[in-house]
Amino acid sequence: MDKTEIQKIERFALEIRLETLKQITIRGFGHLGGAMSVVELLAVLYGKVMNIDSKNPKKRDRDFLVCSKGHAGPAIYSTLALKGYFSMAELMTLNQNGTNLPSHCDMNKTIGIDMTTGSLGQGVSTAMGIAVGNRLDGLNNYTYLIVGDGELNEGQCWEGFMFAAHQKLDNLICFLDYNKKQLDGYLEEICNPFDFEEKFKAFGFETQKVNGASIEEIFKAIENAKNKKGMPHVIILDTIKGQGIDFVVEDGGHHMRFSEKHFIQASEAIKHFENLLKTPVNGGN
Amino acid sequence: MLNFKLSKEHGLEKNAMRTVYCDTLIALANSNKNIVALDADLMSSMGMNAFKKTFPDRMFNCGVQEANMIGVAAGLSSIGKIPYAHTFGPFASRRCFDQIFLSCAYSKQNVRIIGSDPGITAAYNGGTHMPFEDLALMRTVPEMNIIVPSDSVMLEDIIRKTENLYGNFYIQLLRNNAVSIYEKGSKFTLGKANKIVEGKDITIIANGIMVSECLIAAEQLSKIGIHARILDMFCLKPIDKESILNAAQETGAIVTVENHNIINGLASAVSEVIVEECLVPMGKIGVRDQFGQVGSVEYLKEVYHLTPQDIVEEVIKTLKRKK
Repeated sequence: MDKTEIQKIERFALEIRLETLKQITIRGFGHLGGAMSVVELLAVLYGKVMNIDSKNPKKRDRDFLVCSKGHAGPAIYSTLALKGYFSMAELMTLNQNGTNLPSHCDMNKTIGIDMTTGSLGQGVSTAMGIAVGNRLDGLNNYTYLIVGDGELNEGQCWEGFMFAAHQKLDNLICFLDYNKKQLDGYLEEICNPFDFEEKFKAFGFETQKVNGASIEEIFKAIENAKNKKGMPHVIILDTIKGQGIDFVVEDGGHHMRFSEKHFIQASEAIKHFENLLKTPVNGGN
Repeated sequence: MLNFKLSKEHGLEKNAMRTVYCDTLIALANSNKNIVALDADLMSSMGMNAFKKTFPDRMFNCGVQEANMIGVAAGLSSIGKIPYAHTFGPFASRRCFDQIFLSCAYSKQNVRIIGSDPGITAAYNGGTHMPFEDLALMRTVPEMNIIVPSDSVMLEDIIRKTENLYGNFYIQLLRNNAVSIYEKGSKFTLGKANKIVEGKDITIIANGIMVSECLIAAEQLSKIGIHARILDMFCLKPIDKESILNAAQETGAIVTVENHNIINGLASAVSEVIVEECLVPMGKIGVRDQFGQVGSVEYLKEVYHLTPQDIVEEVIKTLKRKK
C-alpha cells in the first residue's frame, strides 16, 4: 500500500466518519462511540480489501462481513452508501419509522448487510457458519467478523472461537474492536477480560494487535493473516471509543443522547470534516 | 382425498425413529449437496454416525455448545445450505432460545431444529432433560413451523418435505421406536390435521406419542357408545384452524391430548382458535404446569395422567358440559 493509496483510504474513512456523525446527529441519539471505533477498519475493508460488488450485492463468491457488534450499523450504512449500495439520501432515514436502516444490522432490510446482528455474541456463530459453508462450496473468499470487546463477555463468542479453531477456519478473520469500554464503563470495572491476546492464542487463533486508527497497520495485519494457513485469525484493534471525534471521546458513553452542547459540537465537527474533505487528496503535502 | 392410511396394527415399529431420521437425511443428502447436519455432542445418541461416515464434511459436531450450533446453522443457511441441527429438546429450545429467535427466525433463515426425547420420553434422564416447554417456546417465535411427528412413516415424509420448503422448523423427535399409526407410503400435508378416526360426539385432538393412546381411548369409548373423532394435529404451527372449527361445529366438544405442558402447547393453540371463532366445551390432557422427573415412560404416563383411562375420563367429563 503506497502513500497515495493510504491517503485515499484515510479520506474514505473521513467520509464514513462524517456521514455517520450526520446520521446520528439528525436523530440526536445513537451508538456513536462504538460506530466511530470501527471506521478505519471499514475503510480498509470496503475501500481496499473486500471482493464485493455494490451492483451485485449477493454475488456468491464475495467476501462477507458480519458485524457482530450490531450497534455499529450506522458506520456500515455510511460505508455501503458511499460504495453505491444505496443512495446517500437514504442515510438520513436512520431509525426513522419504517426505515431500512435500523440501529442494529438487519440483512433483510439493508442491501449489503450479510447478517442480522444485535443480540451480542450471535454474529460470531453465524460468521462461523458462513465461513465453514463457503469452504464446503470450495470458495476462496474470506469472512470478516467484527466483535466488540464488551461483547466478548458473552459465552457464545468463545464457543464460536473454539469451533473456528477446531474447524481450522483460516478463511475467517476476526477483528476485535478493543475500545476498552462497554455500556456501563471500562471493561476491567465491569467484567475483567484479562489478556485478550493470550486468550485468543489459547483458543487456537493466529493473533495480531495493531493500532485501530492506522489504515496502514490494519491493512498489513490483514495481509499477514491471509498468509498464515490452517488457523483462524484475530486482529485486535487498539481503538478509542468515539475515535476521531473529540466530543464523542470525551463523552465516552455507549449510547449517546445529544444535549444542546452536543448538537453544537457535532455541527462544528461536521463543518471541520467537510472542510478537510475539500482539500484534494494530494493537496496537503 | 386422503393421502394417508392407518396401519393395520398399532404395535411398536420395527425401526427406531432416529434410524429412520438418519437414513432419510442420507438419502436427501445424496441428491442435494446443500443438506448439512449439526449436533452438539449427541451425534451418536441420535444415531447419526452413518451420516458422518457418508458425508464427513457435511456433519458438524459442534461439541457441547448449543447456542453456537444454532448460530452456525443460521450462517450456513444464509449462504444456501439446508441445516438439520439436533440436540435434546430442552437444549434445542430453552437453552438457545435467543439464537433461534434472532439468528434463525428474525433473520428469516432456513434451519431445521430437531429436539429429541419429547416430554416424558426423556424417561431416565429426568427433570433436567424432560421438555414440557419446548413447543411453548417455539410457538411464541413468529413464523416458526412446529412439527410433532407421531410415527416414523410421518417422520420420513416430513423430513423429505422440509428439503424443499423455506423457513425455520422445530421438529420434535422420539429417538426410540414409535407405535405405528400410519401405513408405509402415507403422505402428509403441513398445516393440515389428519382425521384418523371419524366420530360425531366429541373430537380428541392429539399429536406425537399421544396419538396411539387416543386410539386406545377411542376404542374404550366406543364400547360405551361414545364415538370420538380423532385429529392428529402433528403440525402444531401453523395450526389447522379449519379442522378445529369443523370439529367444534360438527362434534360440539373437544379434548386436547399432549405430552407437554398444557400452557402454550396444543391445548392453548386449540383454545385460541375456538375462543375466537366457535366456542365449545373443551377438556385438556397434558402436563399441568409441573416439572419432569426420572421414571419409565409407562410410570410417567400414570404420574402426569396421560393414560388412555385419563383420556376416557376427560372425554366423559367434557361431554357433560356439552349442551
